[in-house]
Amino acid sequence: MGYLLKQFKKRLPVIIMLVPFFSLFFVFTVYPVLRSMWYSFTYYNVFTTPEFIGFDNYIRLFLQDSVFLTALKNTLIFAIITGPVGYLLSLLVAWLINDLSPKVRWFLTLVFYAPSISGAAVAIWTFVFSADRHGYANSFLLQLGLLSEPLAWFKDPRYVLMTIIVVQLWMSLGTSFLAFIAGLQGVNPSLYEAGAVEGIRNKWQELWHITLPAMKPQLMFGAVMQITAAFSVSDISVQLAGFPSVEYAAHTIVTHLQDYGMIRFEFGYASAIATVLFVMMIAANQIVQAALRRVGE
Amino acid sequence: MNSKTTSSVTYRPDILTRISRKLRGRKVSRGIADNLLSILFLLILGAFMALPLIYVIFNAFKPLEELLLFPPRFFVTNPTTQNFKDLFNLMNETWVPFSRYVANTVFITATTTFFHIAFSSMAAFVLAKHVFFGSRALFKIVVLSLMFNGVVTAVPNYLLLADLNWIDTSLAVIVPAIQAPLGLYLMKQFMEPIPNSILESARIDGAGEFRVMWSIIMPQVKPAWLTLIILQMQALWGLSSNYLISEQNKTLAMAMQQIVSGGIARMGVAGAVGLVMMVVPILTFVLSQSQVIETMSTSGMKE
Repeated sequence: MGYLLKQFKKRLPVIIMLVPFFSLFFVFTVYPVLRSMWYSFTYYNVFTTPEFIGFDNYIRLFLQDSVFLTALKNTLIFAIITGPVGYLLSLLVAWLINDLSPKVRWFLTLVFYAPSISGAAVAIWTFVFSADRHGYANSFLLQLGLLSEPLAWFKDPRYVLMTIIVVQLWMSLGTSFLAFIAGLQGVNPSLYEAGAVEGIRNKWQELWHITLPAMKPQLMFGAVMQITAAFSVSDISVQLAGFPSVEYAAHTIVTHLQDYGMIRFEFGYASAIATVLFVMMIAANQIVQAALRRVGE
Repeated sequence: MNSKTTSSVTYRPDILTRISRKLRGRKVSRGIADNLLSILFLLILGAFMALPLIYVIFNAFKPLEELLLFPPRFFVTNPTTQNFKDLFNLMNETWVPFSRYVANTVFITATTTFFHIAFSSMAAFVLAKHVFFGSRALFKIVVLSLMFNGVVTAVPNYLLLADLNWIDTSLAVIVPAIQAPLGLYLMKQFMEPIPNSILESARIDGAGEFRVMWSIIMPQVKPAWLTLIILQMQALWGLSSNYLISEQNKTLAMAMQQIVSGGIARMGVAGAVGLVMMVVPILTFVLSQSQVIETMSTSGMKE
């Protein structure tokens, strides 16, 4: 007994250090995720208690809710374009500015990173994509002869998703971009020396066989950040295209979730939407991590 | 031409390459054409990134007639600070004193950041420097949770906050933000390379775990906690939340949105607001870039 008490006393500081963060973490992150999964199998709104209904919510989502299918399609298009393009763009820019002098690199890092943290400034794109013929995008494309009449970028169901993708790409050099810059800086220069001895001929070989494998941990971290951002877009869609967007053309899973969770208060159904999104993110992450393991092989 | 010149000609580029290798720390150099191409690429992409933000700056200083000009003009011709004066005047006419919004934002940001750093660095220290049953599993859950931001948990979180009677109090915003897993993750990865021998020698000298953490770890991870401050400030400066309902509980960003939503007559003020909201996060990054990059150097995920 004395031994156990002694062990406990020895461990006490460690326990005290863990408890504040992890008690909040379990209450506000882990428990809500599990609760959400449970609710997704129930019928539950503000007036009722949760009632187990099996897979009914999911059946309704995929077989009866055509707006959800639109949202699913839009989210997938969105993620498949902005995820990889944003990721590769971050990597490419980080790589290109890596060779420059520290001062120039500092400045360019600021220029490329600034849009991702400028928050409300995203509203400026309403000027760029304004619907009249003097809007910047319209007048530019009209002058080039690529358009014959001005487009209503945020109100035309054919173009609204693409327009928001452009804006999202503008903001996509975020945390992963910084991680890549740091990762490139951390590659041991002697690896390049060794590579040259072993017959690395050009910079592409060098990138693939030396640089990328050396910064693989950053590539993994950047992928997680980018996937989260690519799948959970909603704010800029609501801000630029409105809610609901024209013919639901910019409707995403998250805006659908907000519609059912925060406006209609159908908690069970909204939880099913959240669970679908969660499963998609995990799956995308598994695929990307598996692909990244093969880098440099 | 004798053999000496020939040999010096063949030798010369080698010296140059050596110097450039020394300067750039690389073995393989890029051709001039490649460099031109990459400079052109950076210029075009850089313009795409920077022009909208520069436009925000110009708009903030345009008088109303220039903002309403048709076709719109990118540059400002008669810069004025009238928009900022108007914004200031509107601030004095709000329903609750404007200082209340500022105080709310400052309170939320300061409290959240303080507890976020305190809690996540303690937990990060334990995860980085102690092995116990379940410690790896615990960290795996944290890594997994990096993937879902608040969106996935929005519904149960709302119900939870309602049960706690926290809706329409700043607690509804502060407490969930304290446990942001990204902070713990970055902190733990940054602490890991600190050699255990320093910690051991402090423990032999009789230092307890809190002492070890406070006097040895915390000074070493200064870049990491500066980074967490920056990340939290960026997130909270522009924060608007559905959970803050009463006027006296709203944040600065929410008040700004209300001011801007006044239509065409408020366009000038909206320009000023755009600049005010944008400048703070960018300025914090200007001041902290090198620390943030240093923190990111250990951000990598091991398999």
